[in-house]
Amino acid sequence: MSIAKPSLTVLASVAAALVTLSAVLIFVVAPEDADQGFSQKIFYVHVPIALTAYACFGLGAWKAYRLLATRGERYDLESYTGVHLGTIFGVLTLVTGAIWAKASWGVWWSWSSNQLVLFLVLFLFYCAYFMLRFSVEPGPRRERISAVYALFGVALIPVSFLAIRLANDFIHPTVFTRDGPQMTGEMFFAFCVSWASITLLAYVMYRVELAGKRIDANLRELREALQT
Amino acid sequence: MSSGEKYVAAAYGVFVVVVLVWVAILAAKLSRLERETGELAGLARARPAVGEHADG
Repeated sequence: MSIAKPSLTVLASVAAALVTLSAVLIFVVAPEDADQGFSQKIFYVHVPIALTAYACFGLGAWKAYRLLATRGERYDLESYTGVHLGTIFGVLTLVTGAIWAKASWGVWWSWSSNQLVLFLVLFLFYCAYFMLRFSVEPGPRRERISAVYALFGVALIPVSFLAIRLANDFIHPTVFTRDGPQMTGEMFFAFCVSWASITLLAYVMYRVELAGKRIDANLRELREALQT
Repeated sequence: MSSGEKYVAAAYGVFVVVVLVWVAILAAKLSRLERETGELAGLARARPAVGEHADG
């Protein structure tokens, strides 16, 4: 039994509503942080964006695995779209993180922070995915090479994610510990809604991008068929 | 506006700008697809129908 995918219009409307709700929760309901002050509000956009970037890279790797396991051609575009969106959210993670670091600690970047450097490595690894992909002629060979590369990158995700716990640096304090989130209930609720809204927004972007890429591929085939 | 508020505005502004740029790129792609679909429809119309002789 297959479950029908929800309509894109419905998903986009829910994402828009959630983004609006999260803005209200962040700026009206959630209290100001006693330590960092107003600049702590960046937390509500930076962390969900970073988690979404990991999810997009993970999705790209999962689709790559499906391609290698089943030889299903459709997974190539799905994997590519996941990596593409992961890169967009990766740029956002780096930029919002740098702004937050400057606001709170007075530096844009710290090479001594394992978390920052590992995220940059992950991001650059997936940037190189595009160079590799577009240096190979389209076809099954390119699909397989891209899939293997996307799958290798996924190993960096848990390393990057856990680096914050393994390294005691000053840039990244650990907010989520074994004792639960180190914030008030309102702050945590605002964070969860923001996370849900950005994840859903990314999923809507994924579906739209994928539809565009599929139309593009179909049009190319149609053109070739009509011109022969 | 305090410096903290400026940094928060910058972080949220970057997010909004990137999403808007993505929408603009998508709009450009959509108009290209519309143009290409029109061209293909023209090509399809110009082709003789299946079973129809080329000389009429």
